[in-house]
Amino acid sequence: MLEQQLLNALTLGSVYALFALGFTLVFGVLAVINLSHGAVFMVGSYAALALVTHFDAPLWLAILGAMLISGTIGLLVDVLILKPLRARNAPHLIPMIATIGVGIMLTSAAQGMFGAEVLRFPEETLPAGEFIVGNVHVRALELAIVAIAFILMAVLFTLIKRTQLGRALRAIAESPKAAWLLGINVEGLFHVTSFVAAALGGVAGVLIGLDFNAITPQMGQPILHKGIAVIILGGMGDIRGALIGGLFLGFAEVISKAYLSSQMGDAVAFGLLFLILLVRPSGLFGRKLERKA
Amino acid sequence: MEWFNDFWSTYSTLVFSVGVHALLALSIWLTLSCGLLSLANAAFMGIGAYVSALLTLQLGWSFPAVLLAGGLAPALVALIIGAPVLRLSGVYLAMATLAFGEVVRITVLNLEITGGPEGLNGIPLLTEGWHIALILALTLYGLARLRRSKVGRAFEAIKEDEVAARLMGIDVDRYKLLAFVLGAVIAGVAGALNAHFTFFISPREYGFENAVDIITMAVLGGTANLIGPVLGASIITLLPELLRSLHDFRSFVNGAVLVLVVLFLPKGIWDPRRFRGWLQRVKGGRA
Repeated sequence: MLEQQLLNALTLGSVYALFALGFTLVFGVLAVINLSHGAVFMVGSYAALALVTHFDAPLWLAILGAMLISGTIGLLVDVLILKPLRARNAPHLIPMIATIGVGIMLTSAAQGMFGAEVLRFPEETLPAGEFIVGNVHVRALELAIVAIAFILMAVLFTLIKRTQLGRALRAIAESPKAAWLLGINVEGLFHVTSFVAAALGGVAGVLIGLDFNAITPQMGQPILHKGIAVIILGGMGDIRGALIGGLFLGFAEVISKAYLSSQMGDAVAFGLLFLILLVRPSGLFGRKLERKA
Repeated sequence: MEWFNDFWSTYSTLVFSVGVHALLALSIWLTLSCGLLSLANAAFMGIGAYVSALLTLQLGWSFPAVLLAGGLAPALVALIIGAPVLRLSGVYLAMATLAFGEVVRITVLNLEITGGPEGLNGIPLLTEGWHIALILALTLYGLARLRRSKVGRAFEAIKEDEVAARLMGIDVDRYKLLAFVLGAVIAGVAGALNAHFTFFISPREYGFENAVDIITMAVLGGTANLIGPVLGASIITLLPELLRSLHDFRSFVNGAVLVLVVLFLPKGIWDPRRFRGWLQRVKGGRA
């Protein structure tokens, strides 16, 4: 029984981590709490569904398409909204509120286009296989979800740790001004970051949509709360922290739901979070960060 | 007076909501005026609402006493969590207070006495229009006096530069705690008023979305003075009603308005400096 729960936890946790990575990337590089990330996640889910049902796309193509569509939304938000706000040096509360507006727009657009009811991927489009390891039932779908999540995360890590682009991003995270003085194309990289982060959020949406096979316009809201929890846990803007925090939250959620009541699990998670914030405001893995406003 | 009665029977709840939201926006304005980005106000409102509703339902306290308790209970909580939480600043404070809000919401969801997810039903309708009007007027008067007092100036100094304020001998931690607790009192009273005209309360009404709504009202209206939050609260409350004819696109337009205001009116809708600018341009045009 425990092994089965651990597998579920790994599946859920890896998707949380993927979602939180995009969230934390935007916070780390653009210093914006992007509250539309949950809605972008939802859009990714619907985009894949539409590609599968209306255009008969195979699942892998639908996932790529969903990445592209959600990434484009992230890019548009950055170019049309966040860029003008940066240009006039708005205090960080302001972009956050703008992204709330974007979230509301996306959610109601999805509801207008697809309706408020729960939609599902057609059964025949999902990978159907299932095999048994020891006494654990492993669905091919779960395996695919974990694989996709970890591959994408590995790509992102290599990108950030090993490439010139990653070095530039880390420089911007330290100080956009200094990075600009060093000749880094800061605005361009803000756009790239927004695209990549939203694309990751979109994929996470597809994967959750597949895992639970239930898509609704409101599905972005609960995961947004969890994303916030994860980046607090892992340290805001910390990529490694988002990975560990996401997995941790997945495990905490599944295990507490299995062995405690389903609701108290959430209370324990957020109570823990609250305590962590009091004791270590920069998160479990965060560094320094007591910058003067 | 006939039209008034018609109007009132249809829209009284809406008018009540405007008043309650105005109080909430003012409560967050108070903490913002001290430079604190606290998003705990929805939770404080919830604590006020539940405490007051339970006192009415279980113990049959009189309405004024209930309102008082609705303000004091969240103040007590604010006092307790204030010292550790207010060590944080900026986005970290926002996150910590959001997490606190979730803890409150989930606690209420799981307690026996609060009715769990079903909430509390059958709260007597004790709030009348003049209650809200009076409390709003008192709050506005109180805050206007506060702004011009030593305390208000200390808040402003802390907001502008905490280190400089501390060097000038202002007890920064005390004043921050004061702003936090006073904000909780206003939010709690708003919650108590709200509970006694909606008949029914549930944990869903005091979560993350509401916390975000409250800050949105204040920022949308403008935080330069007290008119902004009241205006912002009115707009956020009335906009969905005004857009009723748009049906499905209602919340889409709602979101778009939010984005456009943030983009094109940097200081919120009520921005005295912009108005002064317009006035000067008009005068300049004549000369």
